Amino acid sequence: MSKTISEKILSAKSGVDAYAGQIIEAEIDYVMANDVTAPLAFQEFEALECEPVREKIVLIPDHFVPNKDIASAEQAALMRRFVQNWKLPNYFEVGRGGVCHQVMVDEGFAAPGRLIVGADSHTCTYGGINAFSTGIGSTEAAACFAEGRLWFKVPEAIDVRLTGTFTKNVSGKDLILKLISDIGVDGANYKAFEFSGMGVNNIPVHDRLTISNMAIEAGGKTGIFPCDAATDVHLKGRVRGKYTPVGADKEANYSSVLEYDLSELDYMVAFPHLPSNGRLVSEVDVEIDQAFLGSCTNGRIEDLRVAAEILREKKVRDDVRMIVVPASTEVYQQALDEGLISIFTKAGAFVSGPTCAACLGGHMGVLAKGEKCVSSTNRNFIGRMGHQDSEVYLAGPAVVAASAVAGKIVSPEVL
Amino acid sequence: MEQLSGKVWKFGDHVDTDQIIPAERLVSEYNDRLGEFVFEKVRPGVADQITEGDVIVAGKNFGCGSSREHAPRALVQAGVTAVVAESFARIFYRNSINIGLVLVEAKIEAEEGDVVSVDVENGTVKNDKSGKEWTFPQYPQYIRDLISSGGLMNRIKEAKRCTGSQ
Ligand code: SF4
Repeated sequence: MSKTISEKILSAKSGVDAYAGQIIEAEIDYVMANDVTAPLAFQEFEALECEPVREKIVLIPDHFVPNKDIASAEQAALMRRFVQNWKLPNYFEVGRGGVCHQVMVDEGFAAPGRLIVGADSHTCTYGGINAFSTGIGSTEAAACFAEGRLWFKVPEAIDVRLTGTFTKNVSGKDLILKLISDIGVDGANYKAFEFSGMGVNNIPVHDRLTISNMAIEAGGKTGIFPCDAATDVHLKGRVRGKYTPVGADKEANYSSVLEYDLSELDYMVAFPHLPSNGRLVSEVDVEIDQAFLGSCTNGRIEDLRVAAEILREKKVRDDVRMIVVPASTEVYQQALDEGLISIFTKAGAFVSGPTCAACLGGHMGVLAKGEKCVSSTNRNFIGRMGHQDSEVYLAGPAVVAASAVAGKIVSPEVL
Repeated sequence: MEQLSGKVWKFGDHVDTDQIIPAERLVSEYNDRLGEFVFEKVRPGVADQITEGDVIVAGKNFGCGSSREHAPRALVQAGVTAVVAESFARIFYRNSINIGLVLVEAKIEAEEGDVVSVDVENGTVKNDKSGKEWTFPQYPQYIRDLISSGGLMNRIKEAKRCTGSQ
């Protein structure tokens, strides 16, 4: 019988001829955890008293590092000790890593056909390069440390058919915000998005990662793109080991079909407090206190390039703070080499090294009561970036940069 | 599995895990006292009022957002034994199974302060005040086996399937 990409990858990894709805146990390629989720996993794992599956474990501190206070310092130290204790090969220290999902991509762990789990909900990001990847909890991560395998329910898939090409600086962020607004924050609960159609080839890989990253914001288990020439180019020189691209069969069964013409999309902004509260930027009138550019959603070099182009020769408005946080050391270095960092600082923005920063209200840009922030991140929940009475408006990098200059949420074309 | 009965705390749709336990509390020094901070941003003070055995009744998509296992742990530490909701977000569902928080997928009528009884074995939930009863689907067999073997970690321990040392 014909299969979706999800069914194929989970079949291959479990050795079972699996279809949507079945529960299977499968071999994972990697299990990732960060400084927030790993300590609980360590606790559970240590209680098992067995050896870890070393080469499959990837540990990346990113949420509260560089240590923001004593508590987070202690927490980060737990991870370092665990790594030393068990002599784990895949650990990315502050200054050599960054936001966990970007590091998983930069360092070539994420690749087509792989089954990757991570104790972080945005693990679904790697679907952008044809992996089946999904978020799990800390106890499950501990189980993976021990066994290198885990149970999965094979998800039904939603076929997202794409045509056309993005116009202006409209990007993957605008597509995914539109999609989530159309189906709601639980519109894909327990399901996988699988993207198809000619439009896929017109979406650059970094934008595919942005789209897959936010699959979870519609409740999705993952969001998978096919592998094409652009994927291969992206993987060249970074991927670890061999990989096997997986495509869907023509007659595969989908639970539903959604269609988008990329050329018809315009800039979107998601109002507080749900990513599904999307509106067209042209129809909003919101003054902001802060503009945040970064995170696993939109902290890649291509995002920084778009923002820098808009900020070149311009200034962040006097009464606005702009905070730029490249998603990884690789992105940061590239931005330095290209002169982007100096464009940001000359415009009056604050630039930091890679970390999750204010994305989850951890540090570097936490919001005060009543403050409004336009942000390239993925969640605008109550209190997500700080005080419970602060507000987060989600948008793509072009809108974030333009809004920093205008002092209110606008598209770059109106500057 | 046992019968549960507890006082109701009501919540709406899309209660995300940032609401259940905010990021500021996700450092290990709080791991054993997460219950003190449950819902602190959206319902300050509720943590002190929840007592052992209480039940949360909510709408759609309970537990969406961040994968933080701290969320179901915070509920359990606060004294919550079960969450009755129209639907649950996927990662929260898995996490809850692993740490022993009972999830009941049902749309029920209950007001805050009512007492509801959950019969996990027979898949029924009853509002003791109104006398109304609803049924809910049982966990799939695989998950029931997982629960009866004492959860994921216990099963691994017993099966001694750890492969790393081979
Ligand atoms: S950047 Fe934000 S969404 Fe991404 S892993 Fe960090 S906290 Fe989570």
